[in-house]
Amino acid sequence: MSTLVIKDLHVAIDGKEILKGVNLTINTNEIHAIMGPNGTGKSTLASAIMGHPKYEVTSGTVELDGEDVLEMEVDERAQAGLFLAMQYPSEIAGVTNADFLRSAINARREEGDEISLMKFIRELDKNMEFLEMDEDMAQRYLNEGFSGGEKKRNEILQLMMIKPTFAILDEIDSGLDIDALKVVSKGINAMRGEGFGCLMITHYQRLLNYITPDHVHVMMQGRVVKSGGAELAHRLEAEGYDWIKKELGIEEEAEEQQA
Amino acid sequence: MTVELQDVRSFSEANGEPSWFTELRAAALDKATGLDLPKPDRTNITKWNFTTFPTHTVVSEEFASLDALPAEVKGLIDVDAQENLYIQRNNTPAYIRTSQELADKGVIFTDMLTAVREHSELVQKYFMTEAVKVDEHKLTALHAALVNGGVFVYVPRNVVIEQPLQVVFLNDNAEASLFNHVLVVAEANSAVTYVETYVSTVEEAKGQANIIAEVVAQDNAQITYGAVDVLAKGYTTYVNRRARLARDAKVDWALGLMNDSDTISENISHLVGDGSHADTKTVVVGRGEQKLNFTTEVRHWGKNSNGHILKHGVMKDAAQSIFNGIGFIEHGATKADAQQESRVLMLSEKARGDANPILLIDEDDVTAGHAASVGRVDPLQLYYLMSRGISKTEAERLVIHGFLAPVVTQLPIEGVQKQLTEVIERKVR
Repeated sequence: MSTLVIKDLHVAIDGKEILKGVNLTINTNEIHAIMGPNGTGKSTLASAIMGHPKYEVTSGTVELDGEDVLEMEVDERAQAGLFLAMQYPSEIAGVTNADFLRSAINARREEGDEISLMKFIRELDKNMEFLEMDEDMAQRYLNEGFSGGEKKRNEILQLMMIKPTFAILDEIDSGLDIDALKVVSKGINAMRGEGFGCLMITHYQRLLNYITPDHVHVMMQGRVVKSGGAELAHRLEAEGYDWIKKELGIEEEAEEQQA
Repeated sequence: MTVELQDVRSFSEANGEPSWFTELRAAALDKATGLDLPKPDRTNITKWNFTTFPTHTVVSEEFASLDALPAEVKGLIDVDAQENLYIQRNNTPAYIRTSQELADKGVIFTDMLTAVREHSELVQKYFMTEAVKVDEHKLTALHAALVNGGVFVYVPRNVVIEQPLQVVFLNDNAEASLFNHVLVVAEANSAVTYVETYVSTVEEAKGQANIIAEVVAQDNAQITYGAVDVLAKGYTTYVNRRARLARDAKVDWALGLMNDSDTISENISHLVGDGSHADTKTVVVGRGEQKLNFTTEVRHWGKNSNGHILKHGVMKDAAQSIFNGIGFIEHGATKADAQQESRVLMLSEKARGDANPILLIDEDDVTAGHAASVGRVDPLQLYYLMSRGISKTEAERLVIHGFLAPVVTQLPIEGVQKQLTEVIERKVR
C-alpha cells in the first residue's frame, strides 16, 4: 500500500495565499473526492502537489510513502507515481499523441529497456478503443485542435497508459456531455483497485453518480472543512454548501477570493 | 581571387558552352561591377564579403558507385529504391542515375552545365528570364557570370513523375565555391517533386555560396520543392529560391535552412496566373554568432491566388536573425488570399530573432492575415510534459522538434527527413 500525506499545506500564487493549511491523507485503493464552491483552492491544491511553476508552497509538507514530494522536480514527482489530469492541458504542435505517450512511458524505463513499438501500439489501441476515441487521435498533435471533451478523454488515456500510483483529476468532468462523462468515468473505474489511489476535484456531484468515492471532502477558504463518505456528496447536491457555512460559522465574503 | 572577363570566357569555352551563354556570363560580369548588393530588410550586409573566394572551380573525384559515398550522403539516399539521383561533389557532377521512365516521358534531369550544352534552347528560354533577372543586383549578376554547377529539370506537358527527383550537393573541399543554379520547369498539367540537400563535411569553408533556384510552373502544373541546407560556417551564403506560377499552378516549398554560415535567404513565389497557389514552409535553426536574414514573399498578381507562408525559427547562443514575411497583393488580384505565420523560439538570452510580418495590399476584394510571435519555450508546455515523467531536457527537445516539424513532415524522402531531424538535434543541443 502507498500513502500520500498532505500536511498543513499553505500555497500562494503571486504572493497571495490561497491554501491555508490543507490536511489530507490518501491511500491506494481509495477514491477521494474534493468538492466545494468556486475559488476555494481545489485546483490550487492539485497544481501545488504536481509542482506547477506558478504556485509557491509557503509551508507544510506533501509526502509520498515518506518521500518529500515538494523537494522533487515535476518529472520526478511523476516518476514517483503522481499524475495530474489537468483542467486545461497544454497543446503541443508537432508532437504526436503517440510519440508523446511513448516518451512518457519510456521515461519510466531504463535506457535499453524501452517499450517495444508493437507492445506500445497494442496497448494504445486497446485503451483508445476502451475510451471510444477515434484512431486518428494517436497521430494528431498533442491536444492541438482537440475539443474540450477530446482533451479530457486524452487525459484519461494518458492515465491508463502511464498507470500512476496516485492520480489527481482536476475537474475532469467540467464541460463534458453525459456520454463523454460516462466514458471518462469508465476509464477511471477501470483504474480502480489495489495499487491505485485517486483524488477527484469537482464542482458537481454528477461525476460521483458514475464513480462512487470512498471519501468526500469539502474545501472552503483554502482548507478542508468537512470530510465524510459518499453520503456527504448527496447532501451537498441536495442542500448546497450553506449548511456547512452555517455549521462552521464561515462568512460569505470568503467566497470572493479566487483561486 | 577576383575573376576577370577572360577567366569567365575561358571557363565557358572549356565547358563547351553555346555562345549565348558565354555572352550572358560576360555581360553579367560587366554589370556586377556597377550593381549594388541586395538590401534585405533589417539586415545591413554592406560589410559582408560576397565577392572574394580562393578559386572559382575545384575539381573533385567522381563516385564510381554509391558504395563510395561518405556516410553523410549515403544516409540521405534509399540506395535500392531511389531511381533518379544526382550527386554533385563541390563543383563536379559526381554521380547521376535516371530511370527509363524519365527518358520515355521526355523528362530532362541533368547537371546544369551539361544542360546548357545539350538543351541549349530550352535553357535559354528560362535561364534567368522568368523568375530571377541577371541585373537585379550585384549577387544575381555575379551568379550568372560564375555559374559552376546546379541542376536542370524539365517536365513536358501532361507528364507526372511520382518518385521525387533527388539531388545532393556535397561540399567536402574547403576551397570550393558554390555558384549553383537550379532550374525546374514544369510544363502545363505536369507534376514533379524535387528534393535537394546541401551538406558540408568540412569544418570551415573559405568560399562563396551564391545559389539561385528558379521554378517555373506552367498552367496547372504542380511542383513540390524540398530543400535542406546544411552548409559549413565560413561561407557567405546568398540563396535565392524563386517560383513563377501560371494559371492554376501549385508550388509547395519545404525548406529546412540549417546552414552554419551567415546566410541571406530569399524565397519568393510570384502568383502570376489566376487560381495559382503557393505554400511556403520554412524552418531555421541559428546558433553561434550567425547572422541570418530570411525573406519569404508571396506576391499575388492572379485572381483567386492563394499564398500561405509558415516560418518557424529557433535561435540559440548569440545568433541574430530577421524573419521577413511578405504577403503582397497587386491591384487586380481580386479574391486573393495571403496568409502568414512567423514564430521564433529563443533558447538563450543573447540570441536575437525578429519576426517581421508585412502585408502590402493594393486591392480591396481580398483576404489576408498574419500571426507572429517571438518567445521562449512555454513553461506551461514544459510543465505539462514533465508532469508525465518526461525530463526537462527531453520535454524541451520534444517542443523544439514539434515546432520545426511542419517542414520535416513535408519532405517526401525519408532519408532527408531523418537527416534534417538529426541536424536539428545536433544544432539545438
